[in-house]
Amino acid sequence: MTQCKAQDKERLVVIGAGMAGGRIVEEILKRDEQRFEISIIGAENCATYDRIQLSPVLAGEKVFDDIVTHSQEWYDANAIKTHFGYWVQSIDTVAKSITLHDGLVIGYDKLILAMGSDPIRLPLPGADLAGVVAFRDLHDVDLMQKAAENGGEAVVIGGGLLGLEAAYGLAKRGMKATVIHLVDVLMERQLDEAAGRLLEKALAERGVGSILNAQSEAILGETHVEGLKLKDGRIIPATLLVQAVGIRPHVEPAKSSGLTVERGIVVDDQMRTSDPDIFAVGECVQHRGQCYGLVAPIWDMCRTLADVLTGKNPNAEYHGSNLATRLKVSGVDLYSAGQFAGGEGCEDIVFRDPGRGVYKRIVIKDDKLVGTVLFGEAGDGGWYFDLMKKGESVADIRDTLIFGQAVTHALAGQDPSDAVAAWPDDTEVCGCNGVSKGQVVAAITAGNDTLDKVRSCSKASASCGSCTGIVESLLKCTLGDKFKAQTGPKPMCKCTEHGHSHVRQAIVEQKLSNIPDVMQALKWTTPDGCSSCRPALNYYLLCAWPKQYKDDPRSRFVNERNHANIQKDGTYSVVPRMWGGITSAKELRAIADVVDKYDVPMVKVTGGQRLDLFGIKKQDLPAVWADLNAAGMVSGHAYAKALRTVKTCVGSEWCRFGTQDSTGLGVKLEQATWGSYMPHKFKMAVSGCPRNCAEATIKDFGVVCVDSGYELHVAGNAGIHVRVTDLLTKVATEEEALEWSMAYVQLYREDAWYLERTAPWVERVGLQFVKDGLATPEQRAALVARFLESQEVYQVDPWAEHAPKSEPAKVFSPLADLRDGVTQDHLTTTQEPAE
Amino acid sequence: MNANVMINWTDVGAAIEVDRQSARRVETAMGPIAVFRTLADEYYAVFDRCPHKGGPLSEGIVHGRAIACPLHNWSISLESGEALGADAGKGCTPTVPLKVEDGRILLGLP
Repeated sequence: MTQCKAQDKERLVVIGAGMAGGRIVEEILKRDEQRFEISIIGAENCATYDRIQLSPVLAGEKVFDDIVTHSQEWYDANAIKTHFGYWVQSIDTVAKSITLHDGLVIGYDKLILAMGSDPIRLPLPGADLAGVVAFRDLHDVDLMQKAAENGGEAVVIGGGLLGLEAAYGLAKRGMKATVIHLVDVLMERQLDEAAGRLLEKALAERGVGSILNAQSEAILGETHVEGLKLKDGRIIPATLLVQAVGIRPHVEPAKSSGLTVERGIVVDDQMRTSDPDIFAVGECVQHRGQCYGLVAPIWDMCRTLADVLTGKNPNAEYHGSNLATRLKVSGVDLYSAGQFAGGEGCEDIVFRDPGRGVYKRIVIKDDKLVGTVLFGEAGDGGWYFDLMKKGESVADIRDTLIFGQAVTHALAGQDPSDAVAAWPDDTEVCGCNGVSKGQVVAAITAGNDTLDKVRSCSKASASCGSCTGIVESLLKCTLGDKFKAQTGPKPMCKCTEHGHSHVRQAIVEQKLSNIPDVMQALKWTTPDGCSSCRPALNYYLLCAWPKQYKDDPRSRFVNERNHANIQKDGTYSVVPRMWGGITSAKELRAIADVVDKYDVPMVKVTGGQRLDLFGIKKQDLPAVWADLNAAGMVSGHAYAKALRTVKTCVGSEWCRFGTQDSTGLGVKLEQATWGSYMPHKFKMAVSGCPRNCAEATIKDFGVVCVDSGYELHVAGNAGIHVRVTDLLTKVATEEEALEWSMAYVQLYREDAWYLERTAPWVERVGLQFVKDGLATPEQRAALVARFLESQEVYQVDPWAEHAPKSEPAKVFSPLADLRDGVTQDHLTTTQEPAE
Repeated sequence: MNANVMINWTDVGAAIEVDRQSARRVETAMGPIAVFRTLADEYYAVFDRCPHKGGPLSEGIVHGRAIACPLHNWSISLESGEALGADAGKGCTPTVPLKVEDGRILLGLP
């Protein structure tokens, strides 16, 4: 079967629908929508996505839909024929046609090869076992996600950019991840040794271990991978093994069709292969002896080729790319570009602040900036990269260069935005998306007055984000005072420009004592905030001033106002507290009576070892509470940002393996901490032995009893992203365990942002911060004292407060009931025509 | 509303029975109606059903002239009943005429 040549358009066929394939089509359409009849062939059975963003997908920070760059709808809308899920068998350069694997023949006038690269697989014994994967496409990510669902151990061979991102993603998904690297520095092609060590440490804090100087010998296992054996004899257990040792240009079927191929498909400066009608772009290409594995060169190549093919600039040439790298691991700020390692005639300027984990190195040669490595603070990466590309002398600013753009320009008496204002219109602002200064300014003058709007309109700063500062400067110099820069951390919500930390600090330092005062002092832009900021402010105030501040129910989410969990049908569920998961005949009888009396449709045992009564009507809540109170039960706070439950096993009292009284300790923990409002819900557990039947290692605070005492674990989480706890410390007595638990809870209460569980909190601030904050007996005593002060006020049963003494509180019943058969004294009606 | 329809101004209670930044529910034959009072002491009434999944709007957080639904945090305008922000155009809750006279809340019901 063949396709006919339609009308008299030139037929352009693109092989490869990855980042390069999608981009070249887009660049061509941008220049000339009419010129070609375009077909695109992609081996993956999906439209074009941003392969770089697979790391955040693996880590669970994004989903696939977020990373699609050119959807099927986009191709359809641009009348491009797509063949996804097909691969190319052969190219006939004489007949000018290609043959797909199912036999379909497609003729072309111009052919573009954008076939990308393949992951290199080490020829190790066992490489064909199940559970051995690469990290290249969506299929690999699927396999890895599935493997991670069962937890276990992941080994990643290769400590380069891709390997580290894979290991981090797997660690975030709850696996124990270890990176095996051949040499003694991680990412040695991008980092010097000092930055490599900092990276190693930062990764360790995020649950990624590194084994350096390690050569792999064999992959072990029967049918499925079980471990990796190293040359030195060590065996690293693994249920998943990821090979991330590098990529190799994909050159078939170019090679067998007779095109010149060395390491990659050889092209000239106009991206032309040895056949004048066949071009190539992206990772499959070898240009001036160089093969690239990063995105910036792909964009450069695509722009050049689109200029050449559409005739917009028939003399356009590609001369190679400067390379910059940014690691996509949350919270690890790392940037490297150019000749960071120095060399002959190079001079280094180095800045180190180990306390903050900041390391910066810039390399200067002949008064020009030629390379940089930034760790911990990489905001100036884009500025250095721009200086590097321009190649101008930096002799005048050398003194302050290492301190970054803001300091350098301030000391030179120059506003950074002035420098940007002086740029010519064709200066490239966003390298990822090829957006010039003129295009950004045009977008701003067309009415896009915020960073987000400029991003969605022009795409500038929408990919890697390193040009964000420049785009903000352009907003500032175009709009003047009308532009409010989004400085520092992300604002709490749209009502303010301040982030959570700033607001909390201001509350304490300026002694702000109620919500209107906070909004006034910090210049809220709305009269009474919104449903995001008001509950947060309410919490911050009650945490800062437990004795003075009066809790504001109107700023509380429905559950915390009605002291029960709202369900999808508007009814509520009620959970009485059962200390440590222990109950009695009296309590069970009272619960059974409530079930009968109020027609409770379902009783469910919760994951936290409590009983949950579902389907209770709002107006019945006070009476239900009164009945439960009468049997000695109090609110279980199953609805609150507060201590939920302390799950326990039976421990030494009954269990033949138990080492300590885990139930007793669980009850004590619950009695000490119940009622305390926190940034988010908080779950605890106590296991009586390392068999850990109470699952203490996925709790916010978990105790595992051992013969010699108590291991205290923190920051675990079940839920979407399972996170195993970090070991905080080990103590010998119950008293110490209680003291540590209260000190830890108070540190979390005082430091975490509202709605931040302990797991993301510890990931954000680092385990070391928590350990440092609890290090001395004095620190712990001070935290415990503040915690107990708050408990004096908040350790009260909200049910007892709201349960009816004689009749239900009015807010639990309707204002009026106008339904038939209901009479109300005050009801009067008057009739008049509607307006 | 159509000018031919007579509406009954029905007294449903004292204005002070609704706290600032809060809501109370009025049960009617047409379903529950939520009566709101804003920070600025403006009163509004809308049907107590979020256009998204039917959540009880009377249980949400009142902010400005809007209500955040307690189930999935849609923001609904108390003036128009329209969904606001990211959900604008996706749904609308019917509003109910309301006036406050002599400290009493009157709802305009058909």
